[in-house]
Amino acid sequence: MSLDLLTYIFIGGSFALYIGIAIWARAGSTKEFYVAGGGVPPVANGMATAADWMSAASFISLAGIVSFIGRDGAAYLMGWTGGYVLLAMLLAPYLRKFGKFTVPDFVGDRYYSNLARTIAVVCTIVISFTYVAGQMRGVGIVFSRYLHVEIETGVIVGMVIVFFYAVLGGMKGITYTQVAQYCVLILAFMVPAIFLSMQVTGHFVPQAGLGATLETGKSVLTTLNELSVELGFAEYTQGNKTTIDMFFITAALMCGTAGLPHVIVRFFTVPRVKDARISAGWALIFIAILYTTVPAVAGFGRVNLIETINGKDNAGVEYTQMPEWFKNWEASGLIAWADKNGDGKVYYSAGNAFEGGKPQYDATGARGEQGERLTTNPSDSASEVYVDRDIMVLANPEIANLPDWVVALVAAGAVAAALSTAAGLLLVISTSISHDLMKKTINPNISDKQELTYARLAAIVAIIIAGYFGINPPGFVAQVVALAFGMAASSVFPAIIMGIFSTRMNTQGAVAGMVVGLTTTIAYIVYFKFMGGTADEWWLGISPEGFGTVGMLLNFIVATLVSRMTPQPPQEIQHIIEDIRIPRGAAEAQVH
Amino acid sequence: MSTQSESASSYWRENLRIITTYMVIWFAASYGCGILFVDELDKIQFFGFPLGFWFAQQGAIYVFIGLIWAYVFSMNRLDEKYDVHE
Repeated sequence: MSLDLLTYIFIGGSFALYIGIAIWARAGSTKEFYVAGGGVPPVANGMATAADWMSAASFISLAGIVSFIGRDGAAYLMGWTGGYVLLAMLLAPYLRKFGKFTVPDFVGDRYYSNLARTIAVVCTIVISFTYVAGQMRGVGIVFSRYLHVEIETGVIVGMVIVFFYAVLGGMKGITYTQVAQYCVLILAFMVPAIFLSMQVTGHFVPQAGLGATLETGKSVLTTLNELSVELGFAEYTQGNKTTIDMFFITAALMCGTAGLPHVIVRFFTVPRVKDARISAGWALIFIAILYTTVPAVAGFGRVNLIETINGKDNAGVEYTQMPEWFKNWEASGLIAWADKNGDGKVYYSAGNAFEGGKPQYDATGARGEQGERLTTNPSDSASEVYVDRDIMVLANPEIANLPDWVVALVAAGAVAAALSTAAGLLLVISTSISHDLMKKTINPNISDKQELTYARLAAIVAIIIAGYFGINPPGFVAQVVALAFGMAASSVFPAIIMGIFSTRMNTQGAVAGMVVGLTTTIAYIVYFKFMGGTADEWWLGISPEGFGTVGMLLNFIVATLVSRMTPQPPQEIQHIIEDIRIPRGAAEAQVH
Repeated sequence: MSTQSESASSYWRENLRIITTYMVIWFAASYGCGILFVDELDKIQFFGFPLGFWFAQQGAIYVFIGLIWAYVFSMNRLDEKYDVHE
């Protein structure tokens, strides 16, 4: 059976499954649409949270990032998992007890203010759109790469599928499709990783394999360190980022994770307060299966890559001797080679092989002497090869010579990762519009049925906008991820924490804190990402990725100061706070 | 009413104490072992890994999982003790 046919079967089969679940889990009320009726078992919610959380970026790009930056990749590995500890202890149980549908619900009610609610709504929508654009693009890329259709076609197919289960099923449909998507994506990630670990080290468990000793008598990591130094990189197990920057980036990602609306809202779907804690525990286990495998895939992938390209003697290998996958991925633009010294050998080392980082291929599609795709911008660095980071996961099955069905499985896994995250985000956007804006702010008199119609309409509009961004990606998608986490860390996260842990925090404090936190964070990121600020101007050496932490600290300080100078919150608010701190009564609290 | 609210506030104090303990471990495993003292720990070998590197890329995540489940069990017990479970 050909690879194309297998890929169609795997992706088609998974789509049939998702649609089947969507039809089975149609939502009949706003409560089912927003929070799946509040009756999702914690294990299922943990899986759904994991699928929601692990996006196309986690699945495709994370191993590549770690592979190319070595130890510093820990900022992402710890940052994107440590937030769940914060969720389990500081947010999820209390928000579940509060028992409404959305993050702006909590912020608006706790701070008895539509201004606070509106700030939370704007943050929610901006954060979610930032994210979702990347997901739709991810679906399109996977389609075009594996099924040889245009990216646009891929995006449209993705839109139709998401439309089906997000619009029909709401949170209920999304939750159960996410459970299925988690199974597909984790299988697709683990199978090649286990094969790879067996091949390189003989260890069945990739996590342990990374510490193994190779036939040469050296450990994997020592080999990596020596190879890296020989090629002019820093040692793999050493960091390049400063300690303070690592600290602030990790903190911004952790607090940002705990403040992301599409993650928080998942904890509204379980029956009891206790289940909110338990499902955070499950979610982190399911996420950790992938996240602790990532460093192994990164390490093995890098050893394989360097040894394949440069040969065991590290002198370079003739282009004509390159394996099939090298040429396949060159054809799709993830690899490029320029024979700078004219010896016909491919050689990889530190430094950008091409001016500006990415290769520009010859527009006429001309081929060089050896049959390589010609490029127009080789640099004067000794390195002759451009390798896209994403290759570490996408090309793994081919590098390890795995059977075709594994390649097809990886394709289905990447699509599952992108779709599950996109659906979760679209739901949050539509809820924000129908519930927080329409029902709570503009027209409180609409009926449940009308609100549900608005929610579905908003979901449709959101899918169309997300699809538009997927087809015409704004050039700044990669840059704005820092913005999404920075915004979540500096606004939503502190506002919720103070709302639970301080009975003294009032509207004035919360609003002032959010405004100060948001504006400083956004200003800093915009200055360095879009207005040409350079790294030597970083305040205390903190990169824009890490500045959300500063914004968060400012938020806490300003909010505390302002609340001390303004009147206490009213008595009934203090009762609400006392009430959310006690688990009993959550089941009643959800019926309004 | 007053005994009830006293019990509620002592429940909350115990909860805060548990949270604080676990957050200290959370901080020590990730920011401590994985970032601040990573170079010192790297001098120790651990199953083929430099220890600091292991914490930064795997160990901290295992600690996170342990912490959430420890919190689940601590709170289940506390909820029973104060009779506030559902």
